Amino acid sequence: MAAAGIRVNNLTKIYKVPEREAGLKAAVVSLFKRKNKDVRAVDGITFEIEPGEIVGFLGPNGAGKTTTLKMLSGLLYPSSGELSVLGYLPEKREKAFLQQITLVMGQRSQLNWDIPALDSYDLYRAIYGIPVEQYKQARDKMIELMMLGDLVKKPVRNLSLGERMKAEMVGALLHQPGVLFLDEPTIGVDVTMQRRIRNFIQEYNHERKATVLLTSHYMADVQALCKRVIVIHHGKILYDGLLSGLVDRFSALKTLVVTTSDMNGQTPDMSKYGTVVKSEANRIALRVSRAEAPQVTARLLADLPVTDLTVEDPPIEEVIENVFATPAEETK
Amino acid sequence: MTQSSSGAQPLRQSSLRDRIDMYVVAARQAIIEQLQYRLANMMFMVHVLIEPVIYLVVWSTVARAQGGEIGGYTAAQFAGYYIIWTLVRQFNLTLGPHNFNWRIKEGRLAAELLRPVHPIQVDLGYYLGFKVPQTLYWLPMGILLWLLFKPEINPEWWQVLAFPFVLILAFFVRFCFMWVLGLVCFWTEKIDALFELYFAAELLFSGRLVPLELMPAWTQSIANFLPFQWTFYFPIEVLLGRVSPVDLGWGVLAQVAWVVGGYSLIMLVWKQAIKRFTAVGG
Repeated sequence: MAAAGIRVNNLTKIYKVPEREAGLKAAVVSLFKRKNKDVRAVDGITFEIEPGEIVGFLGPNGAGKTTTLKMLSGLLYPSSGELSVLGYLPEKREKAFLQQITLVMGQRSQLNWDIPALDSYDLYRAIYGIPVEQYKQARDKMIELMMLGDLVKKPVRNLSLGERMKAEMVGALLHQPGVLFLDEPTIGVDVTMQRRIRNFIQEYNHERKATVLLTSHYMADVQALCKRVIVIHHGKILYDGLLSGLVDRFSALKTLVVTTSDMNGQTPDMSKYGTVVKSEANRIALRVSRAEAPQVTARLLADLPVTDLTVEDPPIEEVIENVFATPAEETK
Repeated sequence: MTQSSSGAQPLRQSSLRDRIDMYVVAARQAIIEQLQYRLANMMFMVHVLIEPVIYLVVWSTVARAQGGEIGGYTAAQFAGYYIIWTLVRQFNLTLGPHNFNWRIKEGRLAAELLRPVHPIQVDLGYYLGFKVPQTLYWLPMGILLWLLFKPEINPEWWQVLAFPFVLILAFFVRFCFMWVLGLVCFWTEKIDALFELYFAAELLFSGRLVPLELMPAWTQSIANFLPFQWTFYFPIEVLLGRVSPVDLGWGVLAQVAWVVGGYSLIMLVWKQAIKRFTAVGG
């Protein structure tokens, strides 16, 4: 089979969810008549990821991210649509396919809690049939990159969340997969650990040219690792493109930060230019619509003794928050 | 990390040597894990011993009251039966359905399904390794029971030689059927009632409660069609020296047949279980 990246075409997953109202009567009725409702967790999504690309897969809780990752890794059958990973059909879960992928779920542990990570790594080596020398080389290098040191000799239950997550990452990559599905790999860990894990992913991608699909609620992860993002909401793709383009597409506002020279104690009425979001001494931040930004900038320069003026996009977190606030009807 | 120009990994073909290596590593993991919990394991051992000691005391007393023997068993032979019982129990201990429930709920099974080896293979290695510390923990208890109850066992040399084999086969039979039972967790989390039913049947038809000869004829007839007696009664009888060479041969054949049957059933149910798991998620 030809090595390829990830291809997804019109992928849909519908869950049947039991539905019952609260109360005794509903409980008795449900004994005889069960009601189910269909929930479209993923609703006809289409995208392609080239080999070696790192793509951020963004969306609020319940958007369909994990369901998509599970379908891509072969843990879930799609209800309809087509998908292929490295040229394989994931749902068949062929050995050759499983040897080349990994799925890391930040909230789920794969290591045995009662024994040191090193012992679990040895089991992974045996399961994947990795030659001993190759295994030792890869393991030691990854332990060093993650700065795990002797922590891998302590029972996993004695590690902190961040240490455990780093140990999990090493275990998940020992067989050197070509495709990484990372579902919130930095969740709950402190910023230093987050940075370390990010660097590790970056390094792995650089050396192995691995394809990475990453979900994270931390925009720092996405900004550091992904040029391209796919935004999913209510099971549908809202955006697929460069991270930098996300702001243009979803933010209707710009922030103008104006610094003026001293105006002899006079305070001009800045509200006529836009919404004042911050005001301190001679420095004022205004929020204006993207379309009006050039005219407002010109007026500010003409009306006031401006010493400095910057035009900024809102923070990416704010943009994403706006995207996630989109009601379901608007994603259809 | 080795340099590669594309993300695709050269495929690794697994050999028999790799498979054996995996069993050995999984077994070693079980030993490391179990040796950590010395106190918990000793307490568990005491818990396991309470059951046969109760049976032993009751049946020895009944035998003495009946003039020294009941159903061909003397008080000393009952002692032998139940002391061997404790060793057989250590060997046929395996994962329970609760273990399956935990695996599904914690997402461990999802991780196992992403590996290129069937989870039962790792379990098999793990539970075989599990026998090593369990036997070590059993030894002082077994010696203590031996000194206290002075059992009578009369095995021939060939019965002693055969015992380890029938013991391992007993484990395989029970391992297979507990796995089948565990697979029910794919359909429902509430499996306690089914589990209890299984243990009730095992208690009645395996010789766990009492040697099968002492059970009513109808119980023995039903037991012939079930796997349970091959996991308790048969290995105990072999070491007690109460099995003829012909019966030993037939018994081993029956154990092998139940292992083959149980494994086939696992593979059959597994396909459906995975279909369900991948349909609803875990």
